Formats: sequence, structure tokens, C-alpha cells
Amino acid sequence: MNQFFALSVAVPLLTAAALLAFRPLLRDRRNARGLVAVAASASVAVMLGFLLARTGAGSVYWFAGFRPAHGVVIGIDFEGDQLSVGLACLGAVLMTAAIVFAWRYFEQVSSYFHVLMLTFLAGMTGFCLAGDVFDLFVWFELMGVSAYALTAYRPEERGPIQGALNFAITNSVGAYLSLTGIGLIYGRTGALNMAQIARYVASHSAVHHGPDGLVVIGFLLLITGLLVKGAIVPFHFWLADAHAVAPTPVCVLFSGVMVELGLYGIARVYWSVFGAALGHQSAVSHVFLALGVLTAITGALYCFRERHVKRLLAFSTISHAGMFLAGFALLTPLGLAGAAMAVAGHAFVKGALFIGAGIVLHRLRSVNETWLHGRGKRLRVTGIAFTLAALGLADLPPFGTFLGKGWLTDSASSVAGGPWLAAVFCACTVLTGAAVLRFAGGVFYGLGDPPGEDPRMAAEANEETGETESGRQRTPLTMLVPMCALVALGLAAGLAALTPRVAAAFESAATRFEDQSAYMSLVLNGAGTARPAALYPQAPPDVTAAAVITALCSVAGAVLLALVALYWRRLPVLRRGYEPGAGLTGAIRSFQSGVINDYITWLVAGVAALGGVLALIVR
Amino acid sequence: MQVFPFLVVAWIVVVGLYGMVTSRDLIHQIICLIVVQSSTYVLLLGVGYVTGGVAPYLFDISPHPKAVDPVVQALALTDVVVEAAVTALLLSFAVQAYKRFGTLDPHDLAEFKG
Repeated sequence: MNQFFALSVAVPLLTAAALLAFRPLLRDRRNARGLVAVAASASVAVMLGFLLARTGAGSVYWFAGFRPAHGVVIGIDFEGDQLSVGLACLGAVLMTAAIVFAWRYFEQVSSYFHVLMLTFLAGMTGFCLAGDVFDLFVWFELMGVSAYALTAYRPEERGPIQGALNFAITNSVGAYLSLTGIGLIYGRTGALNMAQIARYVASHSAVHHGPDGLVVIGFLLLITGLLVKGAIVPFHFWLADAHAVAPTPVCVLFSGVMVELGLYGIARVYWSVFGAALGHQSAVSHVFLALGVLTAITGALYCFRERHVKRLLAFSTISHAGMFLAGFALLTPLGLAGAAMAVAGHAFVKGALFIGAGIVLHRLRSVNETWLHGRGKRLRVTGIAFTLAALGLADLPPFGTFLGKGWLTDSASSVAGGPWLAAVFCACTVLTGAAVLRFAGGVFYGLGDPPGEDPRMAAEANEETGETESGRQRTPLTMLVPMCALVALGLAAGLAALTPRVAAAFESAATRFEDQSAYMSLVLNGAGTARPAALYPQAPPDVTAAAVITALCSVAGAVLLALVALYWRRLPVLRRGYEPGAGLTGAIRSFQSGVINDYITWLVAGVAALGGVLALIVR
Repeated sequence: MQVFPFLVVAWIVVVGLYGMVTSRDLIHQIICLIVVQSSTYVLLLGVGYVTGGVAPYLFDISPHPKAVDPVVQALALTDVVVEAAVTALLLSFAVQAYKRFGTLDPHDLAEFKG
């Protein structure tokens, strides 16, 4: 069974190589290529699903059987616990949906697309399972390079090149800083395997009554690349540029899994390696909480003022990434379980929303909300699925997002300032949900006042013409089915987690993830867990009445705000000469300038600020 | 362990980042990115260096007490491969950008934001 670990990265890589090798044979056989890619991706999903069901408290796969000798790691391992395997499985499911969606999406879907998608999948799976920090970097880069190339999949157009350059350069700088961190950590500890490093830093900080300064710098540099990938303010600028121009099937993966993988990486290196050395201090928790809250608010504000639907969804992803980071930053099992649940729920609904945006682009040739107003009435099924997914994004029970956010706020209520945190999350959920609902209401149901004629609009409406096949009279089933399936999965994830068994599994998986000694003994001694699974809390997290009321309030708030945004011209207070957010536009644009140099400046400033804060608080 | 190689590393990183921030030409910016990456080679090799150590051929010779660390050399090699892939891709983007926009200035490219 453990062979599935190796197969889950080998299958997509070998399939990608085979697709390239037999390219002349497959040139005119788009269905054959699609089938091969879907089969490879689905088989990875099945293998990982099987591992997820069987893995229990965690299992380790040593490549070529190089097991640790006398507690010293000499090989390379994949470590699978329920969170890491679950996240990899989520990625494979979304990948399958995205490849099916792409089937009839492009005018010419070349083999490169499927090859790149499969290497992207291998990168994501390997990143989730990697057991040592250097392999983490290598999988990170494989994922990155595939993603850059996919963003610029239509190099004949202007936008994609610019977006891909911003994406690639910003992420590469982050990755190289990560590698510098890895080098420093290796230099100090002589180890690359996470469990081995953990043992060194834990014993060192026990002897010296404090963490090693060099290791703290290494930690900071290591998470820099992950913060960039996780789109945490001020490292987030690339995300909207890349999402706006990447082909929509690729956006499904970017928003649904790739960004979350960055955050998963932070949680992984924190809990498996550095947590004990940094002392699990509340100060460290506060730093990450502050970053998360800042990101959530920034993303939500940008999201609400956006009219380009792919950018709008991208900013909502940034906002949610902030909430996920905050869930991890609470440093409690319930917070992490909530973040994991929210990631799963978010991935499904966000994937469905992006597919919906892709269908709109495919049928109506535009992604501009103003131009599209009322033109989507014919897309009935798409409209219903999009609206459902939008309500799911606004935490409608029983979508997975609702439970995740509920556990998260329950966990937050135990820390000082918890109610504030809950209020901020609720506000951000309302803002992002309202923005998406506003799009749904205006485009699919023609709600609200028709917009005035704007000369720039026609130009903007024609921006995206080359991406997809010329307008068809029907939406192909290969687009509708994945969209509806993702909405259904989002609902199913939430419903499943309402049962005590699954809820308890989430919490015990999070508890196991945060148990560093269990991780170390599993990897170094192969001894399973130090504590039997029965010792982990079995009482499932309750669904409190407060969580349900909060979620319903945020849904109601989102609907209300969306209606206000649609009908604001009729409000007597706002009628005359008021344009929502007009005064802010200039200032906001100057931040999100699209110039790589500015993004690098923000990145360097962010690292310096974070380093300064860590130097002050970690002693 | 000597401090000097690590000062060199810090210097290369700072110079590369400065170049990236101030650059007005995409090719120049990508070269600066390579400079940033080069710092990691120096770092890795500096970490594994042993004064007076021999090359780590650990086969068919009497065990030498001092050999430089072979692991970092493997890491540096992998690093080179990664860099080659990323740089080739970025330069191809730059070529495409010049074909489409007729300019390589990042500030001008930002005008064409999609």
C-alpha cells in the first residue's frame, strides 16, 4: 500500500513524459489526450483517497528502502498524515475537474497543456508529502515552473506574458530566499530531514534556554517563499495579476489548492520542525494572526471594488488565505482543523466559481461585470450553480466553509481579542460573498440598474477574446458537469463533517499534525505514534448555535450588501454624483501597480519587517 | 567555520535584489534574479567546505579523515538544474514580451496589464 506514495507522483510524471513522447501520434486526437490526462489525474486522486482512508496516524515511505539507521536519516522520505494526504487528494480532485473543464474550452488544446497540468499535479502532490526541506523546495519549484508556463499558455496575447512574468519573478525570489534559509539550517544542524532538524533544534533550545538565532533566521527565510506562494500581504501582489490572465481551468487550481499549499508549507515547517524551539509563544502566534487579519481585510476590500470577475475571485482568494493563516496562527488543534475544513470547502466552491466565470467567458466573450450586466440570463444552470457556490463562499450552512469558519471562530474565542477576530472574519466573508453575489445577480438575473454606457467598456469587454473557443450556442456538458460536481462536493464535505465521526477525524488529524514528538518518532524510529491515537481527543467539535447564527448573519449580510451594490443608484443618500470607491481607486491602483520592481520592493520590505519583529520577540 | 563566505553571500543577495528593484530592462532584471540565485551556490558550498578536505570520493580509497560535504554539492547541482529551467522560461517570456509590446521596460509593460 505504501507504494501508492511513490506512484502518486510517478504516475503523473510518467504520463506527462509519455504524452510528450507520443506527441506526433496524438496530434489530432484531442479526446485521446484528454482521456489519458484525466485517467492519470483521477488515478492519483483514487490512490491518495485510498491512502487517506488507511493512513491512520501517519505512515512514512522511504525511497529505495533507505530507512534511518540508529535514528539518523540517510534517505529521502514521503510522510503522509491525514492532513497532508488529504490536501494532496484535494489537489488531484480539483485537477481532474479542471482537465475535464478544459476539454472543450480551448480552440486548440495542445499536448503541452496536459503535460504541464500533470507536472503541476506531481509538484503539488510531492510538496504535500515531502519529508525533508530540500525536497520541499524542489517540489515547490516544479509546481512553480509548471504554473508559470501555464499562466502564459497563450503567449500570443499581451496580458498573459505580463502576468506570468510578475508571477514567475516574484515567486522565484521567494523560492531562492527559501533555499538560502534551507542552506543556513543545514549548515547549523547538518540535516535536511524535517524530523532530524526538529530533534537538533529542540535539544539545542532545551540546552541553551532559547532558540538558536541562526535557525530563527533560517526559519524566516524558509517561510518567505511560502508566504509569497500563500499570497499573504505584503507578498500577495503577483496573485491577482496571474489569476486575471491565466486560463480559467488553471485558475481553478491556483485559487483552490496552490495558494493553500503555501500556507500548508508554513504550518508543516512550523509544527514539524520549529514549533518547539520557538516555544509556541503567543508572540509568534500574534505575528501570524496580524498577518492573517491584514491579508483578510486587504483582500476583501480589493475584492469588493473589482469588476473583472477573475480578479474579483482572485482577491477573494487572498482574503480567504488570510483567514486560513489566522486559523493556523491560533496554534490550537481546533483552529487548524477549522482552517483545514475551510480550505476544503473553499477549494470546491472557488473551483466552481472559476469554472462558472470560464463558462461566462466561453459563451459571452467577456469577464467584465459591467458589460455582462443582464446578458447571462440564458445560462440558467450555470447561474444557479454559480449562485449556490457564491452563497457557499459566504458561509451558507451546510457548506464546508461554514463549518471551517465556525470551528475557527470557536477556537478564536479562547484567545484575547477573539470576538474581534470573529467580527473581522465575518466582515470579510460578507464583503467577498457580496462581491460574488453582486456579479451573479447582475449577470445571471439582470438585477440592479443597467450600467451607463462607458466608452472604455467595449475595449475592456474585448480583452479576453482569444482564450476560449468562439462563442457557442450551448454550454458543453464537459463544463457544466465539473462545475455542478464541485458545488455538490462542497455541500457533501460540509454535510459529512456534520457527522461526529468525520468531525472527530478532522480534529484528531489536526492534533496529530501539531504533535511534533509523534512526527519525530514516526519518521526517526518508524514506531508509529508516540501516543496511541486513542489518547487524542475523541469528542467531536460541536456545531454551536453561535456558529450557525454567525454564518446565517454573514449570508444575510452578503445578500443585503450585494443588493445595495446593485441598486445603489436608487438609494436617496447616495444618489447624486457618488461613485462607489471612486476616491480610493487611484491610491489602490498605485499599490497594485503591475510593476515587478515594486513587488520586489514590497517583498524585501516585508521580509525585513518580519525579521525585525521576530528578532524582537523570539528570545 | 569562516565568516568571509557568508559575507559574500549576503553581499550577492543584496546586490541582486537592488538590481531587481531598480532595473528598467527585463533581461537585466532576469540576470539580477540569477545573481540572487548564485548566492545560494556560494552559501551551500561554503556550508560544506572543510579546510584541507579532499573531494568526497568515498569509494575504493582509504577513508580520508577530512572530506568536504558531498550533500551540499548534490544540492548545488540540483539548484543549478532548477535555475536553468526557471531562467530559460523567464527569458522566453521576455522574448515574447518584446515581440508583443516592443519594449522591455517593466514600467511600460505594466500598462498592458490584462
